[in-house]
Amino acid sequence: MSPAPQQAPQNAPQHAPTITHLPLSERLKPWLPVLLVPVLIVAGYFAIPQTSSWLTLTVSGLAMGMMIFVIASGMTLVFGLMDVINFGHGAFISFGAFVGTTVLLMLSSMTGAPSLFLNLLAISAAVLAAMVVTGAIGWGFERAIVRPVYGSHLKQILVTMGGLIVAEQMIYVLWGGQEIVILRPETLKGAITFAGATLEKYRLLAVAVGLVLFLAMRAVLRRTKLGLIVRAGVDNPEMVQALGYNITRVFVGVFIAGSALAGLGGVMWALYQEVITAHMGNEIMILVFVVVIIGGLGSVEGCFIGALTVGLMQNYIAFLEPKLALVSNIALMVAILMWRPMGMVPVVKAKG
Amino acid sequence: MSDPILTLKGVKTDIAQYHILHGIDLEVPRGGVTMLLGRNGAGKTSTMRTIMGLWTPRAGEITLDGTRIDGLTPSQIARKGIGFVPEDMGIFSDLTVEENLHLAALAGRPSPERMDWVFGAFPALKTFLHSTAGNLSGGQKQMLSIARAVVEDRALYLIDEPSKGLAPAIVATLARALKDLKARGASILMVEQNFSLARALGDTAAVMDDGKIIWTGTMAELSSDAALMERLMGLKMETT
Repeated sequence: MSPAPQQAPQNAPQHAPTITHLPLSERLKPWLPVLLVPVLIVAGYFAIPQTSSWLTLTVSGLAMGMMIFVIASGMTLVFGLMDVINFGHGAFISFGAFVGTTVLLMLSSMTGAPSLFLNLLAISAAVLAAMVVTGAIGWGFERAIVRPVYGSHLKQILVTMGGLIVAEQMIYVLWGGQEIVILRPETLKGAITFAGATLEKYRLLAVAVGLVLFLAMRAVLRRTKLGLIVRAGVDNPEMVQALGYNITRVFVGVFIAGSALAGLGGVMWALYQEVITAHMGNEIMILVFVVVIIGGLGSVEGCFIGALTVGLMQNYIAFLEPKLALVSNIALMVAILMWRPMGMVPVVKAKG
Repeated sequence: MSDPILTLKGVKTDIAQYHILHGIDLEVPRGGVTMLLGRNGAGKTSTMRTIMGLWTPRAGEITLDGTRIDGLTPSQIARKGIGFVPEDMGIFSDLTVEENLHLAALAGRPSPERMDWVFGAFPALKTFLHSTAGNLSGGQKQMLSIARAVVEDRALYLIDEPSKGLAPAIVATLARALKDLKARGASILMVEQNFSLARALGDTAAVMDDGKIIWTGTMAELSSDAALMERLMGLKMETT
C-alpha cells in the first residue's frame, strides 16, 4: 500500500528524508537530561570517600526524589493543562499526612505486629483513606477556589495561597497544634546491610513505590486515549475541545488525581520523617516548585528526572558540605535554567 | 436552498467590548462547498469560530441539521458532527502524526479504509506516521489538520484557509484531496483567500465585509463578473 512513486510528479514533491550521520554529541543532546541522574550518581561516587556512605546517601536521595515526584507530578500536569498555578497543593500533602497518620494510629495493632503483610495492609488502608480525602478536597478546591480565577496567574497565586492558609488552619482545628509522632510499622523499621552500607528498609520501599507510579503514569500518558487527551491538552486545549473532548472534565479529573497523589506523598513523607505538622506540606513545596520548574512545566518525565536530581543533590551536599545544603537546590535550579530555560524536558505550547 | 445543513440567523459575536459580527445570515447547502470570502479582517475566521462554539454569540441562532447548536460547548458541537480545520491548523506538536489522527477519531481508532484514503491523498503522512507532528513542514501540518477532520464522516466540515502560506504544488495536493472529499458528497464551509482554489472548489459563495454578509450567490456568478468581484472584495482578477 506504499504510495506509488509515479504519482509524484503531479503531487506535492515527495520528500524522501535523507539522513545525516550526526556526531555523537548531537545525538546525545536529547538524552542529556536523562543522563543527568546517572552522571550525578557517578559524580557522587567520586566525591564521597567511602563507598558505603555513598550507597546509603544514594538510596536516601532516590527515596526523597521519588516522594517529591509523587507530590509534584500532579502539580506539573495541572499547570500544563490549564495554566493553573496552585500554591494550595501543599495543603493536600499535609491533609494526606494527617489522615494517613490517624488511620495508622487507629490500626496500631496491625502496624505493631511483626508481619510484613499486616504492616503493608495498614499502610495501604492509610494511603487509601488519605487519597480519598485529599482527592475529595481537591475536587472542592478546584470548584470553589481555582475555577473562578482561570486565566489570571496573579489571582491564582493570591487565592490559592489563601486556600492554603485556610486548609492549614483547618488542620489545627481538627488535630490540634502539636506535632504528631508516627512510628514506622514494625517490619519497616531498621535497615538492611548491603555491601557494608546501611540501607533503611522504608527508603527502599519508597523508591519502589515511586518507580512503579512513574511507570504507571507513563504508560497511561503514552498508551491510552485519556493520556493522549491530557498530552494534547497541555499543548493546545482549545483544539482538544474542537475535536469533541470535554477538556474541563479531563482537567478536573487530573486535578483530583494530582491532589490524591499529593495525599499519597504526604503519607509517604510522614513515615519518612516520623513526625507530622500542619505546615509540613508548605515546607516541601519549595522543593516541589524547584522540581516542577527545572523539569519543564507540564512534563511528567522532566518532573521525574528533576525530582531525582534534587533528592540526590540534597543528600550528597548535606553530607559533603552541610552549610550548602539549603543553597544547593536553588543553585541547581539557576544552573539548569541557564542551560535549558524552558526546563529539562520543555513542553511545546501552542500559545504563549 | 431548501434543506441547508447549517443555518446562521442574525448571529452577533463580541470579543471583549468589540462587536465583531454584526448579524450574520448564512445558509450552507447540504452536499456542496460554500466559500466564505472577503478581505482580511472581514470576520470570516470569527464566523468559523462562532459556529464551532469557540466564541459564544451574543445574539442569533445557529442550526446544524435542524438542531440548535449556539450556546453549546465546542466539544458538544464537535460531537454533533463538525470537523474543524482551524486557521492555525491546531496540530498537537508533541504527539506523533498517528496519535494526532487517533485522537481525532471519536469512535476509538480510525477505520483502516479511511486511513488508506488519507494516505492516498497525503502520502507524506504515511511516511512520517511515527514522527513528532511538530517536526512536519507547514504543508504537511496542513495535510494532517485536514486528515484529522476527515478520519470519520462528519455532517459538516469547517475549513479555514487551507492554502495559507503554502507553495503551489502543496496547494494542488490539498485541492485534489478536497475535491475528492466533495465528490464523496461532503458538506463543506471553507474560508479561502486563494481565488483560483475557491473558484475550483466552490459551488456557492458568501462574501463578507465588516462583520456582515454582503453578497451570496453561486461561485460561477461571482467568478464570471469581474466588476462584482472588484466591488465586493477589492479584487482585480488577471484575465486568463
